[in-house]
Amino acid sequence: MNKENPKSWRNDAYAKVTGRAKYTDDIKFPFMLHAVPVYTDSVHAIIKSIDTSAAEKAEGVVKVITHKDIKGNLTFGQIIKDYQIFAKDKIFFNGDVVAMIVADTRINAIKAIPLVKVIVEELTPVLDTEVAMDPETPFIHEEHGSNIINEHCVRRGNTDEGFKQCDIILDEVFHTQFIEHSYMEPEVAICNPRYDGVMEVYGSMQHPFSTRRFVSSTLGCALSEVEVIGTPMGGGFGGKDDTAAIVCARTALAAAITGKPVKCSYTREWSVRESYKRHPYKVYYKMGLTKDGIIKAVKCKIIADGGAYCSVTPWVTWRSTVQCCGPYTVENVHCDTYGVYTNNVFTGAMRGFGSPQMNFVIESFIEMAAEKCNLSVIEIRRRNMVRQGSTTITGQKLDNHKVAMEETLDTVLKEFSFEDKLKKCSYGKTDEDELYGVGLAMSYRGMSLGAEGVDFNSAIINVQPDGSVLLETGIHENGQGSESALCMILARELGVGLDRIRYRRPSTSTIPDGGTTVASRGTVLGGGAVVKAVENLKSKISEFISKKYNCEIDAVNIKDGIVHFGKDKKTFDEVIKEMFGSREYPHVLGIYRPPVVSWNEHNGQGDAYFSWTYGCQAIEISINKKTGKLKLLNAIAAHDCGKAANIEMTIGQFYGGIAMGIGYGIFEEVKIKDGKIVNDNFNSYRLPRATDMPEMKAILIENPDPNSPSGAKGIGEPVNELMAPALANAIYNATGNRYFRLPIKVKLGEEEIICRRP
Amino acid sequence: MQTTINKKVYNIPDELKEVRLTDYLREYLNLTGVKNACEMRACGACAILVNDKSMRICHATVKDVENCEILTIEGMENEDGTLHPLQQAFIDYGAIQCGFCTPGMVLTAHALLLSNNSPTREQIRKALQSNLCRCTGYQQIVDAIEAASVYYK
Repeated sequence: MNKENPKSWRNDAYAKVTGRAKYTDDIKFPFMLHAVPVYTDSVHAIIKSIDTSAAEKAEGVVKVITHKDIKGNLTFGQIIKDYQIFAKDKIFFNGDVVAMIVADTRINAIKAIPLVKVIVEELTPVLDTEVAMDPETPFIHEEHGSNIINEHCVRRGNTDEGFKQCDIILDEVFHTQFIEHSYMEPEVAICNPRYDGVMEVYGSMQHPFSTRRFVSSTLGCALSEVEVIGTPMGGGFGGKDDTAAIVCARTALAAAITGKPVKCSYTREWSVRESYKRHPYKVYYKMGLTKDGIIKAVKCKIIADGGAYCSVTPWVTWRSTVQCCGPYTVENVHCDTYGVYTNNVFTGAMRGFGSPQMNFVIESFIEMAAEKCNLSVIEIRRRNMVRQGSTTITGQKLDNHKVAMEETLDTVLKEFSFEDKLKKCSYGKTDEDELYGVGLAMSYRGMSLGAEGVDFNSAIINVQPDGSVLLETGIHENGQGSESALCMILARELGVGLDRIRYRRPSTSTIPDGGTTVASRGTVLGGGAVVKAVENLKSKISEFISKKYNCEIDAVNIKDGIVHFGKDKKTFDEVIKEMFGSREYPHVLGIYRPPVVSWNEHNGQGDAYFSWTYGCQAIEISINKKTGKLKLLNAIAAHDCGKAANIEMTIGQFYGGIAMGIGYGIFEEVKIKDGKIVNDNFNSYRLPRATDMPEMKAILIENPDPNSPSGAKGIGEPVNELMAPALANAIYNATGNRYFRLPIKVKLGEEEIICRRP
Repeated sequence: MQTTINKKVYNIPDELKEVRLTDYLREYLNLTGVKNACEMRACGACAILVNDKSMRICHATVKDVENCEILTIEGMENEDGTLHPLQQAFIDYGAIQCGFCTPGMVLTAHALLLSNNSPTREQIRKALQSNLCRCTGYQQIVDAIEAASVYYK
């Protein structure tokens, strides 16, 4: 034990690289049944009848479950409880499930799908947000009394007066698209009705506690009667919350009714059809500046397509509202934000959570403004960016952490030789075959949930009699490496070797609800809880030593697996053995509660987040005028990580975030025709592939955050929110054309460019 | 029919010839490193080695691999249980996140390196074109394969 701790490590790497890791679909129970969902062809319709009799008689079918079988609540949701676990009276979107077939094999269950007969009366689908907002349009959810799910605003200064002081005013409308999370592992659940009356749930879900709420609501039982057990998970990116939980809830219902373990494993097509997407935004944006490039006023209207159900639309759009001016200080801001019901596929959390859309708008806009003001794209940013002690557009003073906006910008400028590259850009005018462009974007991002949620987390350290250590936290491993990062923080803080620490994946029954693993909060909140738990463990050990060996508590110190006290020392193992011998448990709970945040919904002012993180990314591209091929040459990202817990995995977050940002910028779009998704698998949904990607450089800037006990800042989302605008700017600098719609379809003359490496 | 899977010869009864190959490996042999992710030959999560060539098998049936040499991720380790250098490189270069694409990635890379033991980064990317990864942006996977190539010389 106690070899030097590595800088990069994964507790699950061996299991994953050998195929030993058992994902949910790899698990089997004896006498397990299989369930599959049944959809209708409708997008918006009244259900007249659901006839399951023919399906019930099909070979191998054990039971066909519909809304009639629900003992608990028909509808549930994280904010508004509007999601029908099984459609009853109405179809709200094409992914609504009317029934679930439970059979002896998955093949037999699938065969019975066409035998379920649903008679409907079709309604006109509402597919456009502004049509939905028209007072003449019927309400999609009548009980909500409006097609507007939620509203947010920012009211700062006086924009009318602000615009009067401006020499330059720009006004544009931007559109962004639906995109699919595209986690490699589709939704899957196994529910096992246990002999003790507890429903045991295994599944590919991002938030075991959220899943437990969905399951207990559907079954009509107490939270303690559901135990959700996390399994290795094939990616989430924000996408394995509502839908994953709903799949678990339906499967649990099937298990409760049949009394047998039931597995429900989704195909990619079902997953894409039913699961929520990233919100498409329509943004009306108006910015006024003085001739020397100072932004005086911003007026914007943000309309987000929430689709058929609320999900977390109010939270997603709240972040967009708080960050509606990007990392720039603006005295006069008037922002109105609307989340809107339509009959499209519903939308919810996705990595970035309302910021990728707004950053595309703002970081395109700031460069348009630079041109009008005859300033460089760097200088205009310097004149407006947040700095130490700046006040944000919601009135928050940035003084409790290092404001590293300029540091990240300068790092990218230097490491990418950005300004030299900028001079070489073609702007559509070159005699060469290749048009060349380089583009940059930067942002700041409120850390963790902010005033959108209640933010705290816990960790349990359970030291065993031989000195080996078990760690549990309220953070869920989605594939990002949270368990490894948290073990590494524990080793560092406790002063012991990583080789003695084992992460014990908790279930919802063994650790308090620590909130959802979202908002780039895993390392910050989980790490904070680990640090608090280590403090508690050290106090416990120190108290024990001081009593037993009659020394001052302060004289006890643990380093490199040795407990020092005064002039004496003992190994960590010896001390732990002595503690057990004296009937003292080295078992502690640590709780981290971040600093309090505030928000006034009426004027959109408050200390929205307890800290902020800063980042800048750039990319260089070339476009061949003859062949129309767009090549991504090199990309760079510099982000303030606070203190990186696990270097290689942090870098992995950078690269993966850049890739997803590139997909958002130029490749990806869930295409919807008449309310139905057209491209429902990876042969038609265009993801970035290895041949598309540029070589990337990740630069970790470390300014340990005083508000985060481990020093870490969240990084999973900041790295994902900048590549679309960086590409938009690079494409402008290459072609001279500005695009206001994602994904960007570059055109040279009438020809659309193929975005692909040769 | 007969086929060899991870160096062991299997006599497969005729009634299983029409079974999907992924189902046979996963359900009958418990070789669950083969993943179902798109079932459309578009993502490579089901890629295995058939006669040293990487093959996406989600549309294949058992009869398609009669008298073939199959290697799945479970057969990549050395006989003493230590990792193959390529697997170790995936770990050392941070090429693993959620891990769902990892078996297909490792096997596709293995097939590449068996046929070309000094590929350029472009050639590595080209070989991985049929395998999707949503977590890593591919760069650390390319780094790992590039580093492991020395062991194939």
